[in-house]
Amino acid sequence: MTQTKVNNIQRLKKVFSQSLSISESQINDELEYNSIQQWDSTAHMALVAQLEAEFNIMLDIDDIIDMSSVGKCKEILKKYNVEL
Amino acid sequence: MDDLLSSFYSLPVFDLKHDEKRILLNNALNQLNIHHYNNCKEYRNLINAMSFKLEVSDCQQQPYIVARLFKMLELKSISSDNIFKRLYSSGTSSENVSNIFLDGQSAKEQSKVLSKILQEFTGKQRLPMLLIDSPDIIKNKKSFSARGAGIKGLSFLGRDHTYALNSDMSINYKAIDDFLVKHSNQTILIFGFTFMIWKYLVQPLKEQGQSLNIANSILFHSGGWKKLQTQSVDNHTFKQFCYDILGNTRVHNFYGMVEQTGTVYVECEHGFLHTPVFSDILIRDIQTYRVLDNGEKGLIQLLSVLPRSYPGHSILTEDLGRIIGTDNCSCGRKGHYFHVYGRLPQSETRGCSDTYQ
Repeated sequence: MTQTKVNNIQRLKKVFSQSLSISESQINDELEYNSIQQWDSTAHMALVAQLEAEFNIMLDIDDIIDMSSVGKCKEILKKYNVEL
Repeated sequence: MDDLLSSFYSLPVFDLKHDEKRILLNNALNQLNIHHYNNCKEYRNLINAMSFKLEVSDCQQQPYIVARLFKMLELKSISSDNIFKRLYSSGTSSENVSNIFLDGQSAKEQSKVLSKILQEFTGKQRLPMLLIDSPDIIKNKKSFSARGAGIKGLSFLGRDHTYALNSDMSINYKAIDDFLVKHSNQTILIFGFTFMIWKYLVQPLKEQGQSLNIANSILFHSGGWKKLQTQSVDNHTFKQFCYDILGNTRVHNFYGMVEQTGTVYVECEHGFLHTPVFSDILIRDIQTYRVLDNGEKGLIQLLSVLPRSYPGHSILTEDLGRIIGTDNCSCGRKGHYFHVYGRLPQSETRGCSDTYQ
């Protein structure tokens, strides 16, 4: 695993933790949208905004709708050339 | 069933001629009839009681259920374990609210279809978004609010979401100014409920002789005209005020119902509501329920290929409407285009979201 990748995974966890107000230990690839109270549609938009700011990208509408889990989010970010 | 909707995703939203669309739509609706018949007991009973056929040769013969039923029965074609979200329409105190059950897939597809339709007007890019409401509307997670749901539903179309109103519904001048300075050379996306925009933004600004002078914006609004009609504000007046106050803006009203969230009917540049590829409209006689021709006023029936977790794919509403024409609107969009005249008088005064809670 490259250092960039390790860093990016850490940055991603931080973004999730901050925008959903959950601890980093709760974050794994299987964590799904709306499976916990903190990750609702309002938090989802905050999450999108923070992901965009952190990785300096602009997500497409369809990708925002498809981002239904942490794992899926990683997949999507890879499309935007974020090494994960 | 999974392919049913995805085949529609690849079609152009407003470019299919009605005669081509009605065949695809009818075929999809036939499949949905069978799906709901097999998965929703109440729907099955209803179809049997009415001696409706599940497979018909044209959209006009499609079985339908009346909107009121969603207030009386819990209609769902999924097991309770799979309920991801419940949508409610606002109702008056004496009425029950409509209950719509969604699984995860349906919720996602509603968002997808809504964005596909609205992107025809906004373009693919997510635009800086000004919401004509107070941020409190989405804060209280437990309390139900049709307005909050609407704002959340549209928010993925935009970015840098900024609320134009304070908690007491006064105008948040600082928030608006900062937002407009920050995005001074971009097209701004504005969304709010018709009544909120009128009462708490354009009317107060007009009275104060002020305007926002936004260089370029697109305004979507929805939620019904009931409260505005009592103040004699029609679509034309509303638009004129918006032009005066907001500046260079394209104003699009849209019509839809909570029972078919996702498939909305957006007003074009010439003031007509358009049917997207995912849905269609029929007009029925108020007394006989006979299907009426273009130009005749009657009850609106809405067909949509979207509802899969509940049998809402063919609903007779309590709204009055008139189909203006087919395939020939001057805006170039194909399919039926129509006008809505509000709710049938005998049904109780009820707007979808025009309440200040």
